[in-house]
Formats: sequence, C-alpha cells, structure tokens
Amino acid sequence: MSETFLDVADLDVFYGSSQILFGVGFTVGRGETTALLGRNGAGKSTTFKALAGIAPPKRGSITLAGATLEGRKPYRIARAGLGYVPEDRQVFPEHSIEDNLLIGAKKGPNGEDYWTLARIYEVLPRLHDLRHRMAGRLSGGEQQMLTIARTLMGNPSVLMLDEPSEGLAPIIVAQIGDLIRRLRHLGVTVLLAEQNMHFCLGIATHAVVIDKGTIVHRGPIAELRDNEEIRKRYLAV
Amino acid sequence: MDLAALGDCLGTSSCLIFQTVGGLKIGLLMFLVASGLTLIFGVLGVINFAHGSFYMLGAYLAWQTMALTDNFYLAVLAAALGVGLFGVLFERGFMSRVYRGDVLVQILLCYAFILILDDLVIIVWGEEFLSSLGIPDAFHRPPLFVGGAIVPVFHLFIIGFSTLVAVALWLFMTRTKWGKITRAAEQNPLMVSALGINTSLLFAGIFALGSLLAGLGGALAASERSISSGMGFSVVLESFIVTVIGGMGSIGGAFVAALLIGMTRSFGAIGFPLFTDGLMFVLMCLVLVLRPQGLMGRSGG
Ligand SMILES: Nc1ncnc2c1ncn2[C@@H]1O[C@H](COP(=O)(O)OP(=O)(O)OP(=O)(O)O)[C@@H](O)[C@H]1O
Ligand SMILES: [Mg+2]
Repeated sequence: MSETFLDVADLDVFYGSSQILFGVGFTVGRGETTALLGRNGAGKSTTFKALAGIAPPKRGSITLAGATLEGRKPYRIARAGLGYVPEDRQVFPEHSIEDNLLIGAKKGPNGEDYWTLARIYEVLPRLHDLRHRMAGRLSGGEQQMLTIARTLMGNPSVLMLDEPSEGLAPIIVAQIGDLIRRLRHLGVTVLLAEQNMHFCLGIATHAVVIDKGTIVHRGPIAELRDNEEIRKRYLAV
Repeated sequence: MDLAALGDCLGTSSCLIFQTVGGLKIGLLMFLVASGLTLIFGVLGVINFAHGSFYMLGAYLAWQTMALTDNFYLAVLAAALGVGLFGVLFERGFMSRVYRGDVLVQILLCYAFILILDDLVIIVWGEEFLSSLGIPDAFHRPPLFVGGAIVPVFHLFIIGFSTLVAVALWLFMTRTKWGKITRAAEQNPLMVSALGINTSLLFAGIFALGSLLAGLGGALAASERSISSGMGFSVVLESFIVTVIGGMGSIGGAFVAALLIGMTRSFGAIGFPLFTDGLMFVLMCLVLVLRPQGLMGRSGG
C-alpha cells in the first residue's frame, strides 16, 4: 500500500438526534481507487457528506495530505483538494455543459492546473460535441459524465464519486468504469461509493465495506473477491 | 375615465411620443430599484422589505454629497456605493442570520430597519422635505422637439443610463463567470459551495449589488423629486409588484414588467386619471391569475 493520503478516523455523524455513522475510519493511499461498498442505507452517502463538510461529523478526524478537514466549510474542503460528486448528479440544468464545467474550474490545492476545458474535452469528446447544450436536456449518463468532469475541473487531489453507476444502462456503466480506470492511470486518487460490487471489482484497487454505519472490512480488492462470507453478509450479491 | 382623451393622445404623434418618453423614464427608474429586489430574492430567497428604505437612503446620501461638492455625478456615485456598503453590513450583520428562519422573522427584521432608517434620516436631516437635487448643468438646455413632442434631454439621459445598467446587469449574469455562478447558486447553492465557491461571500456580494441598485435609483429619482423620510414606502411596494409581475427572481422579467407599469402609468394618467395606481394593481391581479409564476418566472418556482 502506498503512503496514506486521505486519513479518516473515528467519525460519528448524526442527523438530528439519530446517529448514522459510528466511528467510521479508513485510509486511502495516493493514486489508489478505493471502493466504499455497502447496502442500501448502510451510510455510504453520509460518509461522503461528512467528508465534504455537508453533514459535519460530531467527532472524529479527516486529514488530506496532512491538512485537517473536519470542521471546515464545504468550499474550504473543496479548495483543500477533496472533490465531491454527489449521488443524484446535481448538474446546473439551465447552464450549458461548458458553463457547468467553467463553474467548477479552479486550481488544485498546490496550484495544480492539469484539468482544463481542453483536457476534459480530449478525455470526453462527447461533452465537446454537446458543449452548448443545456445540462438539463442531457441523458442520465451524459449528466453523470458531466458532474464528474465538472469536479475534475477543480483539480482535486481526491475525487469522491457517490454511486456513479446508479440507474444507468449497462453500456453507460461500462463507459463510466472506463473513465474511472483512465483517471487512475492519470494518477487521480478516487473514492467510489457503490452497492454494485461487480462494477467495483473491475476498477477499484482497494475496498472498504460499511454496514449500519460501521466499517466491517477493509483491504485490497482481491481480498473481497475471494471472501465469500463478507460478500454474503454485507453486500447484496 | 377619459377614453376619448386617451384615443386622441394615441392618435397624435406629439402626445404619443411625450407620454412614451415619460413612461420609459418612470419604468426604467422603477427597473433600477426593482432589479435589486428581484436579484436578491432570486439568489438568497429572501425579500428585502427594507429595499425602499435603501432607495430613500440613496436619495439622502446623494443630497448630502450634492450639498458638499455640488457635483451631481459624484452624488449619484456616492449614493450607490454608500447604500451598497450599507446593504452588505445589513446582510452580514442581520439578514444572513435569519436566512434559515421563519419568513415572519425576516419581515419583522426588515420592518424594524424601515422604522429605524426613517427615524435616522429625520435625526440627521430633519423632518422638513428636502428639495430635489436638480439636474446637472450640462442638461440645462432647451428640450428637443421630436415629432412635435417636447423631450427633456435629461430624461433621455436617465433612459439611456438606466438601459445601460440593465444591459450591464444582463451581460454580467449571462457572460461572466461570477454571473454564471450566481445563477447556479440561485438553484443549487450547496452544489456551488461543494465546487469550492464561498457562497457566503457571493451572497454578501449580491446583497451589496442589489442594495447599490436601490441607492442608484433613489439618487437618480432625487434629481427631480423631493426627498423625505418615508419616501421608500411606495417604492418598495411598486418594486414588489414589478417583481411579482416579472416573475420572482427574474431580472429580464423585472425589465419587461417595469416598462409595462411605466407605460401604464404614463398613458393611464390620460385615460384613467383617477385610477393610475389601480391600473398597476389590475395588471398584477391579471398576471397572478393568468400566469402565477410571472411573465418570465419559472413555472412551479
Ligand atoms: N437527511 C437525513 N435525515 C435522517 N436520516 C437520514 C438522512 N439521510 C439519510 N438518512 C439515514 O441514514 C442512513 C444512511 O443513509 P445513506 O444515504 O448514507 O446510505 P447509503 O449507503 O448512501 O444508501 P444508498 O445506497 O441507498 O444510497 C439511512 O438509514 C438513512 O435512512
Ligand atoms: Mg447513497
């Protein structure tokens, strides 16, 4: 395992008075693609929202490349390099693809400026072809590509994708898988929340399994592939 | 009601042109103020009922600057910037604390500021009405005659200047990165902040801009109207009506609605001299019934 890049420890998250996460902790190494797996309602999205500062944790710590993130506002966390793509593809529907991308444009935490409109269009030519179209008129798959690209435009050091395959046709899911693999080859660190384990087996390097708000397993993806018990107990496969 | 007079006017080029210029002037001044109200509502989701008091403050600041420097343009600039600054202090110190609160709390807070500002201007400038600023020297010249109508050059200046502001506002919202971010934040502020944008700062900036527009409107209007405590009351009501007719949050809608009301007033004064204000409310009722989201508002919004 490469050096720890993102370090999450002992997160407790509440919605009102009900506790959703219980001491969630895991680490992500630089350049890895880590899958956060768990059933419906296990707490994947809540973990992401806690990391992104949208559901601030009551206890615990989040460290990215040595910088403390917990307790900071969402925009500061994004500026510190944590890029968040929420689960329900929140494109700006009345803006063109290009304007969506421009709104996300910024330098990375250390002045990184690898991702530009030109680079995005090179990797995702479809977005270039449709660049003047209103985002609200795109298909689900195109919107998903757009939200990923929009967050990439901010040159994040870690990209968090919440169920990017959800509700998409198999061929589109395959395209999204390709995109994530290409990002790994480009050195982007990815954290991927999924229910769909088969989707993750092909693209993730590591797996973290969450159940009822607690982490129940973590390790290289191969371990999960070989461990039928965990798959049966915690994942619907 | 005097429909014959209205018919005569519409049939005579001099009257038609005179009333049209008057309507444009009224409408565009109204747009300046109402655009600020609708901009703030669109982005922050709150109605600044103290907006009329900001207009009043603009008039007083312009009067004071005029008294000190005798420079009309400087007076207008100082009023706009001064009220913009006041707006941002009001937003940071007070409004931003009740965004998530009850609408009633927001209204009460604004109402408190209306009363405070009304009293404050009386303490500083006295209870007497202050006379208008007057028009700058450059416009002390014989009016133009267009198609037999008398057209004051200063009115053309107001029309041209307000149109320029409208165009600048439109270009800002549609062509600049911050304008695009502002429109995105109207719909999904959380996503905008997740992309690394400081939405608190954006909100403060938009409140400043909206307030600045009220101050600008107040200062320009003060060139020809007397200045008094309470002068903002009818203005906030009119701006609110413009906002509703145009569609809450729509700047383009506010532009169309303000011109519509300006024309209604101008020509209504001839056709329905006792019912010009009433016409404005009739217009609002028609829009509310036939197109509740306003002329250019989003449906369901
Ligand atoms: N805003 C909320 N208020 C109260 N409870 C919530 C809220 N959002 C989620 N929950 C609860 O928190 C738990 C975890 O939800 P979360 O969305 O994190 O699950 P998830 O793993 O992302 O599930 P899914 O696969 O369905 O997206 C669930 O029991 C859910 O009902
Ligand atoms: Mg989820």
